[in-house]
Amino acid sequence: MPISASELLTLTREGLYCPLGRFHVDPTWPVERALITHGHADHARSGHGHVLATPETLRIMAVRYGADFCRTRQEARLGDEMRVGDVTLRFAPAGHVLGSAQVAIEKDGKRIVVSGDYKRASDPTCLPFEVVPCDVFITEATFGLPVFTHPDTRGEVRKLIDSVKLFPERAHIVGAYALGKAQRVMALLREEGWDRPIHLHGAMEKLTELYKQEGIALGDTPKVAAADRKDLHGAIVICPPSSIQDVWSRKFPDPVTAFASGWMRVRARARQKGVELPLVISDHSDWPDLCRTIRDTGAEEVWVTHGQEDALVHWCGTQGIKAKPLHLLGYGDDGEAEPDPAQAAETAEASA
Amino acid sequence: MNRFAHLLDRLAYEPGRNAKLRLLQDFFASTPDPERGFALAAMTGGLTFREAKAGMIRGLVEERIDPVLFRLSHNYVGDLAETVALIWPTPTVIPGRREAAKPESTTGGNVSHSSVASRVDSGFSPLASPGMTGEGSRSGAGIGHNNPPPHVPTLSEVVETLATTAKKDLPNHLADWLDALDETGRWALLKLVTGNLRVGVSARLAKTAVGALGGHEADAIEEVWHGLEPPYAGLFAWVEGRAEQPETLNPAPFRPPMLSHPIEEEADLQKLDPQAFSAEWKWDGIRVQLAGGRDREGDHVAKVYSRTGEDITGAFPDLAEAVTFEGAIDGELLILRDARVQSFNILQQRLNRKAVTPKLLEEFPAHVRAYDIFGKDGEDLRSLPFAERRQALKKLIEQLDHARIDLSPIVPFATWDELAAARADPASAGAGADADAIEGVMLKRIDSAYQPGRPKGPWWKWKREPFVVDAVMMYAQRGHGKRSSFYSDYTFGCWREGPGGADELVPVGKAYHGFTDAELQKLDRYVRNNTQKRFGPVREVAHGRDAGLVLEIAFEGVQRSTRHKSGVAMRFPRVSRIRWDKPPAEADRVEALERILERGERGIAPGATVETES
Repeated sequence: MPISASELLTLTREGLYCPLGRFHVDPTWPVERALITHGHADHARSGHGHVLATPETLRIMAVRYGADFCRTRQEARLGDEMRVGDVTLRFAPAGHVLGSAQVAIEKDGKRIVVSGDYKRASDPTCLPFEVVPCDVFITEATFGLPVFTHPDTRGEVRKLIDSVKLFPERAHIVGAYALGKAQRVMALLREEGWDRPIHLHGAMEKLTELYKQEGIALGDTPKVAAADRKDLHGAIVICPPSSIQDVWSRKFPDPVTAFASGWMRVRARARQKGVELPLVISDHSDWPDLCRTIRDTGAEEVWVTHGQEDALVHWCGTQGIKAKPLHLLGYGDDGEAEPDPAQAAETAEASA
Repeated sequence: MNRFAHLLDRLAYEPGRNAKLRLLQDFFASTPDPERGFALAAMTGGLTFREAKAGMIRGLVEERIDPVLFRLSHNYVGDLAETVALIWPTPTVIPGRREAAKPESTTGGNVSHSSVASRVDSGFSPLASPGMTGEGSRSGAGIGHNNPPPHVPTLSEVVETLATTAKKDLPNHLADWLDALDETGRWALLKLVTGNLRVGVSARLAKTAVGALGGHEADAIEEVWHGLEPPYAGLFAWVEGRAEQPETLNPAPFRPPMLSHPIEEEADLQKLDPQAFSAEWKWDGIRVQLAGGRDREGDHVAKVYSRTGEDITGAFPDLAEAVTFEGAIDGELLILRDARVQSFNILQQRLNRKAVTPKLLEEFPAHVRAYDIFGKDGEDLRSLPFAERRQALKKLIEQLDHARIDLSPIVPFATWDELAAARADPASAGAGADADAIEGVMLKRIDSAYQPGRPKGPWWKWKREPFVVDAVMMYAQRGHGKRSSFYSDYTFGCWREGPGGADELVPVGKAYHGFTDAELQKLDRYVRNNTQKRFGPVREVAHGRDAGLVLEIAFEGVQRSTRHKSGVAMRFPRVSRIRWDKPPAEADRVEALERILERGERGIAPGATVETES
């Protein structure tokens, strides 16, 4: 008798749990053994006993929470099979941010893939998503509505550069999440030929430094000194999303406020945040890529974790794929993993 | 169409007036006729065609998208046009839509495949992992001789087709256009065809931009505007210096009005010579123009215009029939019952109606109190001094002898003190029972010509003292544009007895001006330091008997409101003083506003007898 999916992975208060391997995946509460898909704060929390993650993710956690973010840790090498308890694990790149990984959990020929957050679009700052064929695919649904199709990032970055040309006297303040999005925007700017310094809000500094140490070329990225803000005419400044409307942004010369996020696709969302230059750049899959990925994995069953679950579950039904929402709590709500600004303006602000 | 759409898109995000103007000017300068003319017409409300109904658009989408997915998306996005623009599958422009062409894929699957393929960039990037991304499905038949690219419509084609097409053909045209346009183009098209093209640009700003092409003021455009038809080729030819000024064909054209500057304090008056000015009451109605003339067939034409040049003749047939003269006068639209001017509150009940019914005309009879004349019998009188225009106006009104049009009386005075007394108490200064409909006095230089716009010097308005209440700040919201990092919009409340018998604060209005930049900085800091709760962009500020900030609010009047919990709404509220010193428990009560409301509503009820009043 083959093993059932629910024997491999169940839902607990802390999040997804594998009883045969005795570990949680991205638990939202401190647990004894945690497997972490990527370094965003809603997935990677501090205080676990033992953490298994990619080396990059472990380093990101150390930067954010201090070296003692857990008791013991273990590096997971992409592609290597590992035996944990009664199951076999394999990490594969998820294309979301530096170090992000999917985890395939397998026993007796049954394979579940927990994809974490992922995207299919190219990203110069991390390895591309790898399709891992599986029986059960666990997917996010942050942009799980057919209105979300992310455009070419080059066009979006060009919009920013063109705006600087049009308004050379104005500072351009770009809101971007501190881990991943900020560095991707920097790398994309470099690809488009922006060779002037990219100025950083203090909150961006440490993680950007880490990216550079990991060998990602981001060029000159000086930190903005308070006294110099007024002189930054025509500069591109990257800051946390909450800072674009904050007192901090006022001192720049006639600032143009931009925001790099998948939410910028919807006008009302952009206006709500007072964004003048919306840049549709997302580290999550858009609707077509969510659908494509589900098909590519060949999964017979799909579990949808966080985001717009209803639409994706419905779509799976129309494709003859069994699907259910997991209603996981605690993801996408800490201001970093692209929470819907309409619902989470408050928390985003609080985390500034 | 795409060009126009991208202009609208940029305008929608641009908060600054000057930047908007720059965008508009660029567009008009670089877009050929007739495209730019139809764009101008779209922005000034000058297009008429059969509008597409929301139901029809929904029907088109649901032929292409799974209705459940569409409904979920619509719920999420909120706006129908935007949802459709984002979700519309763009089939034919894309290579590799073999699957999308299959009939069974007219569900969500179709959306997925066609739009994946629209982003050829991502999968083909050298960094994407080959063989894993399934781009094989993208390499199908592209645009070829059997699969021509769709024709992207121009705005002119859209407008002309809409004007001539039969209702049953509309869905097909619309679908073809939506297939051909990009996302922004679809959004603009849907806004246009559903008659919801609000773009954050006033007709006036669009005309200003057109005028700027040839160094003309917006008023010069207004002068010729009403004789013109889209796509305004003659207008563009004129502003670009390629043709003569277009002749206005409208026998009863709109004239841009002359506006006044406010007297801020009595010290302003001391610089003016009372002998040089004539005074009238400032009536609390809406400013209109009555214009009459003869068309080429010799038929008489009568028009009623709002102060912005909107043709409102249809809403005021009772006034239009009084326009039996040839010429144009400037005056205030009021409601008169038994020869008594009714308050603005009563006027509003007529203004807000869509259908003009006989009952409405009877209960809210419109009247014009005339105060200036533009011309008569083909003669332009605007260059004459005020005193001479006034004589001509008086003569016209006397000849007309119509119950619906009378002359705004002169308020006699010899010194500014005398005028101040009249302003403080119009009832005793000749206005009698009409005093409640007076909101101050107007001063006009006797020797001044009628100049469109707001020239400084000839006309002044000296409004009566505003009402003021002390209210407590309850909520604050961030402003827009330059103020987007400041909490600059304040909701304030007054006290009243709550359901449990204890006093509670209820919101009575919202204000976002009246303070200086320095005061705004302090208010902003106060909001940030005294936030109790946050609701998205709104912050609840501490308010109660012991905690809270008192704002002195100045306003022009009070109206009934079903939107506000307090049941009242203020007209033109602004922060007149910040009462850092005043304890919130001592702020005013809602009853103070209700008393002002009662005063404003005192009038003759429709159909009621005069006895109750006299």
